[in-house]
Amino acid sequence: MLRKGIALAVFGLALVGTPALAATTSEEPKDIHWSFEGPFGKFDAEQLQRGYKVYREVCSACHSMDLMYFRNLGQKGGPFYDPKYPNPIQNPYVKSLAADIKVKDIDSETGDDIQRPATPADKFPAPFPNEASAAASNGGKAPPDLSVMAKAREGGPAYIYSILTGFVPPPRGLNVMAGRYYNPYYPGDVSSFWTGPKDQVPKGGFIAMPPPLAPNKVTFDDGTPSTVANEARDVAAFLAWAAEPKMEERKEFGLGAMIYLLIFTGLLYASYRRIWRDVSH
Amino acid sequence: MVSDTALGANPDPLASSDDPNRRDFIHIVTGAAAVGAVVSLAWPFIDQMNPAADTLALAQIEFDLTKVQEGQQVVVKWRGKPLFVRYRTPKEIAEAVHDDHADLRDPATDESRHKPGKPQWLILIGTCTHLGCVPTFGGGEYGGWFCPCHGSVYDTSGRIRKGPAPKNLAVPDYSFLSDTKIKVG
Amino acid sequence: MSGHSTYEPKTGFERWLDMRLPIIRLAYDSAITFPTPKNLNYWWTFGGILALCLGIQIVTGIVLAMHYVPHVDYAFNSVERIMRDVNYGWLIRYMHASGASMFFLAVYVHIFRGLYYGSYKAPREVLWILGCIIYLLMMATAFMGYVLPWGQMSFHGAVVITNLLGAFPLVGNAITTWLWGGFAVDDPTLNRFFSLHYLLPFVIAGVVALHIWALHVPGNNNPTGVNVKSKADTVPFHPYYTVKDSFAIALFLILFAFFVFWFPNALLAPDNSVRANPLVTPQHIVPEWYFLPFYAMLRSVPNKLGGVITMFGAIALLFVLPWIDTSKVRSMRYRPTMRLYFFIFIAVCLVLGWCGAHEPADAVIPNVTTFTLGDYDLNSMVWLSRVATLYYLAYFLIITPVMGLTETPLPIPESISEPVLSHPASGPVAAAAATKKG
Repeated sequence: MLRKGIALAVFGLALVGTPALAATTSEEPKDIHWSFEGPFGKFDAEQLQRGYKVYREVCSACHSMDLMYFRNLGQKGGPFYDPKYPNPIQNPYVKSLAADIKVKDIDSETGDDIQRPATPADKFPAPFPNEASAAASNGGKAPPDLSVMAKAREGGPAYIYSILTGFVPPPRGLNVMAGRYYNPYYPGDVSSFWTGPKDQVPKGGFIAMPPPLAPNKVTFDDGTPSTVANEARDVAAFLAWAAEPKMEERKEFGLGAMIYLLIFTGLLYASYRRIWRDVSH
Repeated sequence: MVSDTALGANPDPLASSDDPNRRDFIHIVTGAAAVGAVVSLAWPFIDQMNPAADTLALAQIEFDLTKVQEGQQVVVKWRGKPLFVRYRTPKEIAEAVHDDHADLRDPATDESRHKPGKPQWLILIGTCTHLGCVPTFGGGEYGGWFCPCHGSVYDTSGRIRKGPAPKNLAVPDYSFLSDTKIKVG
Repeated sequence: MSGHSTYEPKTGFERWLDMRLPIIRLAYDSAITFPTPKNLNYWWTFGGILALCLGIQIVTGIVLAMHYVPHVDYAFNSVERIMRDVNYGWLIRYMHASGASMFFLAVYVHIFRGLYYGSYKAPREVLWILGCIIYLLMMATAFMGYVLPWGQMSFHGAVVITNLLGAFPLVGNAITTWLWGGFAVDDPTLNRFFSLHYLLPFVIAGVVALHIWALHVPGNNNPTGVNVKSKADTVPFHPYYTVKDSFAIALFLILFAFFVFWFPNALLAPDNSVRANPLVTPQHIVPEWYFLPFYAMLRSVPNKLGGVITMFGAIALLFVLPWIDTSKVRSMRYRPTMRLYFFIFIAVCLVLGWCGAHEPADAVIPNVTTFTLGDYDLNSMVWLSRVATLYYLAYFLIITPVMGLTETPLPIPESISEPVLSHPASGPVAAAAATKKG
């Protein structure tokens, strides 16, 4: 929200406010610091590596990431980038990560469906064959694809972090349906499930995802304590990278472009003053 | 001067009495900066037409040689083009070596066209070096390939022997991962 | 174009070409020697800025079309492939997406400049109308372009806007079905929108050529609104305005770059990063910021057809403005009362935009409930936009014609040079020039 606010202030048009909604409410996402914030911010490769592990071992059981290829993990700016292998498909670590996962293929000779170890050129396989089966296995609601999740929600990675760490017992007086979980950071309208005073309807909504993280659910190779907060922060950072893998390249390019533009503008101003100096206007 | 009245209020900047070198310098620098900006921004717009990351990722393939029988070839697609994987018989190899010093248009020994110690495996890019058609396996009087488009004839080493093509069939960059597996690209 | 040409072919080739296709003469007369009022301020640089915006959109758009796939199953992924895999695809796509916003920002400044300085008045009516046509074409192009990424906002925005046309009696349904090529926004709709989104910018470029032609017949208006009287009032377009426009363009590009490199998603709805799903509508449908004032007008009328007519009428008024305005004075510099109404008009347009971004029932002053008037509480966005819409309409239909007849303008300078030459603060250069002239 802060980023958006600054952007709009610069734009000089305070036209797009946050629509205060009559029915749908949620808590503002938790304020959390990210290494990739700001004009010089970069992703923390180790955090992305831990985040990938959380995705792989926890989230990927239900959530697809169908825009992601294993090669992305080894590309410049990615979690497992190695300058020795500028083409990520040759990166042996990425190859071994891919080979851990089985993907569907068709045998080129027999035409049969087969499972084979993935290569860096393969997409992350989806946990369910189609949306209907994903919904059927998850209480009627298909788990959303996570490829660009960090761009698809107001608040981005902070929203993801808040959801993952925001599960609380429902307030007294709130009836929660079976198979749904109360989360104050999830946008929703719980007023029809609320038996308390009408002007004190709790913020938030019911999410179909049970609390996915737990302490020590993932073992981090670098010894980072495996708390829910750490797991959530790392996977949110990983998803932020996955949504915008060219962010570092963009900021670097932008810095150069901006410096050039400023110098160019200065030169043009000098030129302008020189040409106009004898004209009374 | 006739122009005095007309230009009184809007003097021609190019007719100023200042030192011309110093006066022009800033305009030249500014103009150069503008050209520099346009040229450097042109690169992204040119480079976007080069192969994208997903295209490059598929540009390397691995192939299992056990799928090819002696005397046959298997055609696989690599970088959008056919790739010939030919398991040559000893007779074909002998013919190819025999012609090493014949009058070749694009001289090359058979030795230079396969990996050391693997003369039976000939890996070639299957596009005619004339205009890119796909030559037919086993055609032509040299037992190699015959291009149906304009009649180029290749021998069992893929060397051009007759017809309009200027060069031998190209050998791609490949390596043996094991005795039965190659990686191309 | 206007006046006689001072172009003299220098080389044999130029003479040869000049006899056959005087294209160098045309360029020379319209972009080099063209006499331009010497008092144009920075508001006049937006014409050049807009030409650049159109150029950027066309070049980046042609490049994006090389990678984009107009099919409901592939559109979203092909846009993401541009962002992820195509070399510098992120740069080109963000330039195109932010470029649309920058284009509208510049066009609004350009339009308001024309309104303030009376640039639509005789003899520039055709110039103004061509500009209005460009603005309409821009809106159509921007709307169809927004559909192409096939995100949630693309899809449901397309549904809402195309359904507007269903408001017309008798033919409404036939029109929407024809526009969709089916019974809902779907693959045929996406394909035709892509085709038209590619075509329209070139139509815009054509109308821009006419717009510039129509500009070069009477020449530029200027901040005083006084006609050019003598050569002393003008400077040649090059180098005076080429360098001034370039400087303004560079400043504009700094703002542009700021968005492309650091806030590329600030003006894009998060919902558009979700693949289109015809079965679920996003929580709040909000158009891009440049459509918000019209969106607020649409919602301010509690009748579907009435809302659509009000919205289109608000734009149609611009077309007839040259004949609505009864004032003989062009520039509002010399119309102090009208100027006040004009500034209120700008504020009203901003307020309409602000209302358009909110739900109709939202309170204007938070947590205050007054009394319900008709359908909504008086303290609601919808009532604020009703008042604002009325002012918008009244500005054109009442204030503009009445003020032109009743107000007393300030004294108008004799010529463009006069206020400058008689102004003591202009310094020794002006004084010297005046002496020299005398």
